[in-house]
Amino acid sequence: MKVRLDARKAAAALVVVGLLLLPLYTSLSGNVFALTLFTRIVIFALAAASLNLIMGYGGMMSFGHAAYLGIGGYSVGILAAEGIGSGFIQWPVALLASALFALVIGALSLRTRGVYFIMITLAFAQMAYYVASGLARYGGDDGLTIYKRSDFGGLINLSNRVQFYYVCLACLLGGLYLIWRIVNSRFGMVVQGLRSNEARMQAIGFPATRYRLVCFVISGTLCGLAGALLANNTDFVSPAAMYWTRSGDLMVMVILGGMGSLFGPMIGAIAFLLVEELLSQVTEYWALIMGPLLLLIVLFGRGGIDGLLGRVRRA
Amino acid sequence: MPEPLLRVDSLVRRFGGIVATDRVSLEVAPGELHAIIGPNGAGKTTLISQLTGQLMPHAGSIHLAGRDITGVPSYRRSALGLARSFQITSLLLDFSAADNVALAAQAHDGHSFHFWTNARKVPHLRRAAHAALDRVGLGGRADVLVSRLSHGEQRELELAVALATRPQLLLLDEPMAGLGITESARMVKLLQELRREVSIVLVEHDMDAVFALADRITVLVYGRVIASGTPAEIRQNEEVKRAYLGDQHAVTRHV
Repeated sequence: MKVRLDARKAAAALVVVGLLLLPLYTSLSGNVFALTLFTRIVIFALAAASLNLIMGYGGMMSFGHAAYLGIGGYSVGILAAEGIGSGFIQWPVALLASALFALVIGALSLRTRGVYFIMITLAFAQMAYYVASGLARYGGDDGLTIYKRSDFGGLINLSNRVQFYYVCLACLLGGLYLIWRIVNSRFGMVVQGLRSNEARMQAIGFPATRYRLVCFVISGTLCGLAGALLANNTDFVSPAAMYWTRSGDLMVMVILGGMGSLFGPMIGAIAFLLVEELLSQVTEYWALIMGPLLLLIVLFGRGGIDGLLGRVRRA
Repeated sequence: MPEPLLRVDSLVRRFGGIVATDRVSLEVAPGELHAIIGPNGAGKTTLISQLTGQLMPHAGSIHLAGRDITGVPSYRRSALGLARSFQITSLLLDFSAADNVALAAQAHDGHSFHFWTNARKVPHLRRAAHAALDRVGLGGRADVLVSRLSHGEQRELELAVALATRPQLLLLDEPMAGLGITESARMVKLLQELRREVSIVLVEHDMDAVFALADRITVLVYGRVIASGTPAEIRQNEEVKRAYLGDQHAVTRHV
């Protein structure tokens, strides 16, 4: 059988190999900053991929996805502040708290559609933001410093940059594998069918809301994991993690990379954060350049970067 | 007389001041092909939508095989053996033809909270999909995206999707809409075969097709049933002729 090489798969494979080999490069070149930057990128790629599950595959435009970053982060931060440093407790709590939050806001907001859904998810995330701002015991507005990263006994040491990077990368690749299995499963077919034509799906016998809700919860849980990673990465968690602009950033990453494509959000996260990093070295008004860039992608590159790659034909 | 498969009793549905369904009653016997005709705006689609549960009636009741389904949501009516095709083609355009039908089969194969196995590799779902596609003559177009199918093929796919849910009663909302002459003839032939397997309620404007296919016909005008009977009775009915004054030839062409 002839192996078909298409640009999308090639690009995704290249990026994954690049990410796997990155610590090799940084240790050889001594460029520690690249490792720090890419740890952050990998974490946001996981968050964007989780958003893509509901937004790209499920057609649910959640504008409050950063809430889970905060909830995952605060779960780690609060437990650490209370003297519970074990990651075996912190991380499951982070996942569970995110899942519960997703269950509650999903049950309420999935009654609405379109713009109302966007607005209600935004409202819930802002509520989470203000609740976190009001947590005087845990730093309130100023945020909460985490003095010790999640402790996994002798298993892994998250304070080691390279080990932590690989933990984040494993979470990203594991998350992408999970999403890949889900979207091709019966459950995934139903969720994508509902995005395509809800009336038809109801008519052939699918109760829409419960499938959407489960998808919403899976997505929130995955993003909660990203939140726990992010808090460990910055040794700090603050309400800003949940602010609506952060939710907007995640949406931009997904749209930039390609909605409803498996690797799109990863590529989008890399592109977004790299451009942000590079431009912010040049000017503090980097958003002025980022904005038009995004506009061009949306106008001329339907399907984001992944969609553009899909149109590259081999000569 | 045996229990009718479908029994509709004094169904009422209003939209603001307009009574779109005005105390409609009708019965469909098992094995029957029951056509519903009427001029534009007679409330045919409104009636179908209430039968499938997309719209809730304001009064009256609907029984399927003796069971009251008036308040049952549409997805559960499908499980009870009710399938519909849409007047305006309603399919998953970004899915392949086979995926559309396989999803219909999947809907009636227990819950779909299976997160791991590839749905496109579940043998019995694929088999069911291909069987239904073959049934309507789309066997060779299984892997084509629905958006790439012709209008006629999409109408046939609508039927395949409905069939894949293994219905007791098929509600067809203008399956001939927008079809050319040859496509219409194919559809009539297909319905003639299908009617041996499943009871059908057919809403249709194409009078040739209706009189060729129907066992019984119900005529709706302004939401009310003005006549119900065999095709021969309907042709003779004075009130029907009056209601169809502009279209009179359409009803009497076969006399």
